[in-house]
Amino acid sequence: MTRLLAQGVTLGYEGRTVAHDLSVTVPDDSFTVIIGPNACGKSTLLAALARVLTPAAGSVLLDGREIAGYRSKEVARRLGLLPQTATAPGGITVGDLVARGRYPHQRLLRQWSDADEVAVAEAMALTGVADLAPRLVDELSGGQRQRVWIAMALAQETPILLLDEPTTYLDISTQVDVLELCARLHAEVGRTLVAVLHDLNQAARYATHLVALRRGGTVAATGTPEEVITEDLVGDVFGLACRVLPDPETGTPMVVPRRPLRPGPGAVAGRGVGDGVPAVGG
Amino acid sequence: MSAPPAPRVTGRLLRLAGGRVSLRVGPRSVAVGALAAAVVVLGALVSLTTGGFPLTLAEIGETLVGQGSRSTEFVVLTLRLPRLLLAVMVGGALAVSGAVLQSLSRNPLGSPDVIGFTTGASTGALVAIVLLGAGTLGTSVGALVGGVVTAAAVVALSAGRGTQGLRMVLIGIGIGAMLLSVNGWLVTTAVLQTAVEAQTWLLGDLGNRGWPQVVALAVALVVLLPVVFALARALALLELGDRPAGALGIDVGRTRTVLLIAAVGLAAAATAAAGPIPFLALAAPQIARAATRAATPVLLPSALVGAALLVAGDLAVTRLFAPVPLPVGVATGLIGGLYLVVLLVRTWRGSTT
Repeated sequence: MTRLLAQGVTLGYEGRTVAHDLSVTVPDDSFTVIIGPNACGKSTLLAALARVLTPAAGSVLLDGREIAGYRSKEVARRLGLLPQTATAPGGITVGDLVARGRYPHQRLLRQWSDADEVAVAEAMALTGVADLAPRLVDELSGGQRQRVWIAMALAQETPILLLDEPTTYLDISTQVDVLELCARLHAEVGRTLVAVLHDLNQAARYATHLVALRRGGTVAATGTPEEVITEDLVGDVFGLACRVLPDPETGTPMVVPRRPLRPGPGAVAGRGVGDGVPAVGG
Repeated sequence: MSAPPAPRVTGRLLRLAGGRVSLRVGPRSVAVGALAAAVVVLGALVSLTTGGFPLTLAEIGETLVGQGSRSTEFVVLTLRLPRLLLAVMVGGALAVSGAVLQSLSRNPLGSPDVIGFTTGASTGALVAIVLLGAGTLGTSVGALVGGVVTAAAVVALSAGRGTQGLRMVLIGIGIGAMLLSVNGWLVTTAVLQTAVEAQTWLLGDLGNRGWPQVVALAVALVVLLPVVFALARALALLELGDRPAGALGIDVGRTRTVLLIAAVGLAAAATAAAGPIPFLALAAPQIARAATRAATPVLLPSALVGAALLVAGDLAVTRLFAPVPLPVGVATGLIGGLYLVVLLVRTWRGSTT
């Protein structure tokens, strides 16, 4: 039984529908990455899977039950979310912020148990922020701060972890660091990960399962990176003419945009923006 | 057992009942709270023993057990004790209300006086005094109704994504400004006698109140404070953002609503009892948070700081300016106003660096 899936969900914000009748399954023990162009509903789907957004129709199932039927703390013990934006309260230390992740396991009179101590220590060790424990979050660099937020999500000790664009706004070496950390979490610690990524090559490198969404919120393809990342799909979904080559380091599909950027007439159907117009990337 | 690892989280751990009960306590919070409590106790002793009718501690003690003379009973039980108890409770209630609203609106200006609530309470009270000719009880009810209706209006107008942040504060300021002119008009339409009565109420006063006000406020506190304190950790987590808080298992919508109602209720009860007392709800939580250097809204220290400020302020205006009975709003206005200037200067300086 797959633990997390969306069934025929219709998603939207305040009158604007982003996805209609969308069904996506997250295979257990996978590192699933959701890819797609801007405004295709990737983050919205992730929000629905994390229960921070209620679908207008359809349902999200967690462990066989409607996710809306669980108590909030119950969901928080099974699903962790790394949101795209989060504000750290001014003056909070790294240790305290990571400790906040233990809330779903705590009660009013049991605010700090040994289990909490261990979980926080492990989370901080895994993300490499153990030395930063007494520092103020405000003083950290972007990459360090992102690792602290990941540590907080890890401290929640959930079997499933959802990450909304964890690498946006980070420099390339930090992006790779974060993705390597995710890969380790998946392979060594055995968590199921679902991430939204913009970079197709990163997605192909690290994911074990890809879900490609089209603009309008429909599924274009699902499967392994080799199955999903093809020249036809990239042209269809992103409107980008490309070559797909094996990555020299990992052998996974690597997207190399062609010149000119738009497919000409008779080639793969594009978005019809017109030849020579620079692409708004995927 | 090996030596415990270096502490990763701030605060001391309190373990009770064989580890089944554990609480994290910040040493600075305890220190600030203890200091504030000491000020309250000291202020209480001074206010009970000094004044136009000096008394000794022994006489106070006798009166409290029912063995004092008629005059000491009058002074202590009718004049001084209700005033003291009101100062403590109103200060605490306003401080907690301010702390919760500032945290929910993620804005240090989001206190009940700034978001128009206190002005609304004044409107309700003035309607009762000027248009309905009500007595003390009616005025209190009017204040209660006016404050709650105004708060509901502000929240309704900023509903959706507006209850966080600047929008609620701005809407509150706007509504407060409109109600201010309504208040002014109400006073000018009254006959002199009533106008004086109205103006007096508007200044906020801890004196000329009796045990009914004390008991009513105490009941409100007993009901509302436990609700707020039980949700203290959720309040701290909401400051991370609605999505992260929801991901951590907080029912964001329901928690915000309950906290909002409790905060408005506390401010309403305090204003109904003592009239509008400005700036306390704004300044006390900020002072507590700055003194404890906490990254969370510290509710209990805020309450104690609020009580301390009001007890000390009331003492100052009654004793220092005797026999002219200055309203306590003057003291809190001075302290709070000064504090607001400091806050604004610091914010401007911070934003230009």
